[in-house]
Amino acid sequence: MPVQFKERAISVIVNNRPDVLARIAGTFSARGFNIESISANITRNPAVTKIIITTLTTPETITNVIKQLNRLIDVLEARRLRRPQAVCREMILARIPLTKERQESLRELIDTRGGKTVSLEPGSAVLEFTGDKEDLEEILTRLEALGMEDFSRTGVIALERSKS
Amino acid sequence: MQQTGSQILFTALKEENVDTLFGYPGGCVMDIYDELFRQEIRHILVRHEQGAIHAADGYARASGRVGVCLVTSGPGATNTVTGIANAYMDSIPVVVLTGQVPTAMIGNDGFQEVDITGITRTCTKHNFLVRNIGDLHRTVREAFQIARSGRPGPVLVDLPKDVIQSVTEAELPRTVVPPAEEGRPDLEGLCTEALKMLLQAKKPLIIVGGGVILGKASEVFRAFVKKFRIPVVSTLMGLGAFPASDPLWTGMLGMHGAYSANMAVSHCDLLIAVGVRFDDRATSKVEAFAPHAKIIHIDIDPVSIDRIVRTDLAIVSHCTPALDTLHRLSDEQGLTLPERQIRAWLNQLRQWKAEMPLSYCRNQNIKPQYVIEKLHQLTQGRAIIATEVGQHQMWAAQFYRFDEPNAFLTSGGLGTMGFGLPAAIGAQVACPDRIVVDVAGDGSIQMNIQELGTIAHYGLPVKVVILNNLYLGMIRQWQELFYGRRYSQSDMTQAPDFVKLAEAYGIKGLRATKPEEVKRVLQEGLETPGPVVMDFHVEPEENVFPMVKPGTPLTEMAFGNVRAVA
Ligand SMILES: Cc1ncc(C[n+]2csc(CCOP(=O)(O)OP(=O)(O)O)c2C)c(N)n1
Repeated sequence: MPVQFKERAISVIVNNRPDVLARIAGTFSARGFNIESISANITRNPAVTKIIITTLTTPETITNVIKQLNRLIDVLEARRLRRPQAVCREMILARIPLTKERQESLRELIDTRGGKTVSLEPGSAVLEFTGDKEDLEEILTRLEALGMEDFSRTGVIALERSKS
Repeated sequence: MQQTGSQILFTALKEENVDTLFGYPGGCVMDIYDELFRQEIRHILVRHEQGAIHAADGYARASGRVGVCLVTSGPGATNTVTGIANAYMDSIPVVVLTGQVPTAMIGNDGFQEVDITGITRTCTKHNFLVRNIGDLHRTVREAFQIARSGRPGPVLVDLPKDVIQSVTEAELPRTVVPPAEEGRPDLEGLCTEALKMLLQAKKPLIIVGGGVILGKASEVFRAFVKKFRIPVVSTLMGLGAFPASDPLWTGMLGMHGAYSANMAVSHCDLLIAVGVRFDDRATSKVEAFAPHAKIIHIDIDPVSIDRIVRTDLAIVSHCTPALDTLHRLSDEQGLTLPERQIRAWLNQLRQWKAEMPLSYCRNQNIKPQYVIEKLHQLTQGRAIIATEVGQHQMWAAQFYRFDEPNAFLTSGGLGTMGFGLPAAIGAQVACPDRIVVDVAGDGSIQMNIQELGTIAHYGLPVKVVILNNLYLGMIRQWQELFYGRRYSQSDMTQAPDFVKLAEAYGIKGLRATKPEEVKRVLQEGLETPGPVVMDFHVEPEENVFPMVKPGTPLTEMAFGNVRAVA
């Protein structure tokens, strides 16, 4: 059977301590796994942080990584987020030079893809898009064609559709 | 009441019933040592911080309690790293207290500053940097709790100098309630399932591992095994959990395991693994490990389940409650394994044991195995044996037939040369009335030889048995077998005179160069009060057999010149 490498998402709830990210990163790197994306922020309880990590692994390794994460003292809970029960989103900010001839296509992209203009300067705009990985890949391709200068992309955030 | 950080530290240590610290002073822990001067607690001044951590480790292994070591910042802290990794690999509960530069200076590369929590992040179970005196008491208590709970392990607490020096008015909390170990509501269900599998087995086998010793479960383990008459093999770390003198004992498995043990694992139809993590030295080629067996794995650490060997039934639990439940359920339901169901299997095992027992050939030189056999005889198998790493370690495992837990102190996971002597110190401090022996090689003993100073200082009656082959023997053995006899850098002929060296430390030194001197030297060494170093000049090119070449199935054992008896 071919090894099934796929991007998989994990939710990790941790004590908000200075070295906790290093411990989590260490759990991945010590086993030779790469973190594809990471996003973290505090929860309702500011002493507790929720981290969403995506990683390219096989089903066996993800199970093992989750067990190892759960063994860390500052990890309160680590578990898998499975699609489609969980929705996943990322966000990008993209800086685009404003030119007359591209205005139409830009307008169209913003309208059809739910984009937002978050900054507008003479000759340059910063746009915001959210979506799942596939959406954003496509939007980025379109933005490249529109002469995008630079962009910044968040890690994946994810949430289960209903209480399980 | 006003209290300094040092006072709070000692209060916490007292609450944890710490009776001994193994340590070495330095600039950042001067205040702790000053407070120590007023305290009742015993401090063993080692000669190197690696000695302190291994001694704390040996104390923990022999006593089943948390060992504690105290060192200064910078080089003091980094000198403990090997020992911390060693304790981590073997799941030994130790608490390491390290000094640190004042909080305001952390990150400035000040004198004797190292980021020891960063350095040890991957070889501690957990570590702490205490930034406020308000956190000190709770953190130290938590460190002990973490070190001994679940799968035990080392915990480091880094103590900045200003935190230790500062003064607080705040009341300490009376008690710290340890977080409850979560119960396993499904333990009964899993154990029922396990018993069902056991009752169907025709060739059942149990592997016992270090987890049974760490979990203080030897007694219930023995009761369970005897009830069902299941043959037992052991990992290196499990030696002593089940008596080697019992008829069900089938030997240590693995690279240098007994023929009977490796054959048993390779032919059993049910394998119950208790407190083991399936180290590659034990399994050898994993794909060929226990190929005919259904596997039940009982272990406290979920990470070790399905990590190396796929199990048919996993019971994530401390060994004691799991074995208790198995025992109780089988009692309640009157379950046994009928004699005729396993008769053929027990006969087969008896035959394997008789066919190829652990043995060696005698000649005019001292055989290292013979020294261990005699040591076993003269101590009636009751000594605590610490070892270094190499051939002598394997011979001690093979020929000192351990009957009791917490008696074989060996670096199984990390394989740390230099472990044995300081570990023996820790064990002797924990168990002053026991005979404690460090079985050493001439190479390893030189790695922490300075601890002879500690032994002399405290008059600890540790006996050091050097199996002196003038080689890094295990390296030489591999070179002989796998590298065309090219003995690259494994020659240790330029050795010190160990007898004179011992005497220089004020320790008695004895030597044997012929087989007929072995008994007398051991006798004299054991009967002499106080420490003794015994230097046995053994057969230089003796090999450890059986040997399974790494990466091959356990059934492919080499026996060297030791022939089958049958
Ligand atoms: C700190 C450390 N360095 C290197 C090794 C690799 N090593 C394993 S066994 C061995 C030889 C040990 O020689 P000796 O102590 O004389 O014991 P013998 O094998 O001769 O009994 C060496 C170098 C090790 N295990 N630990």
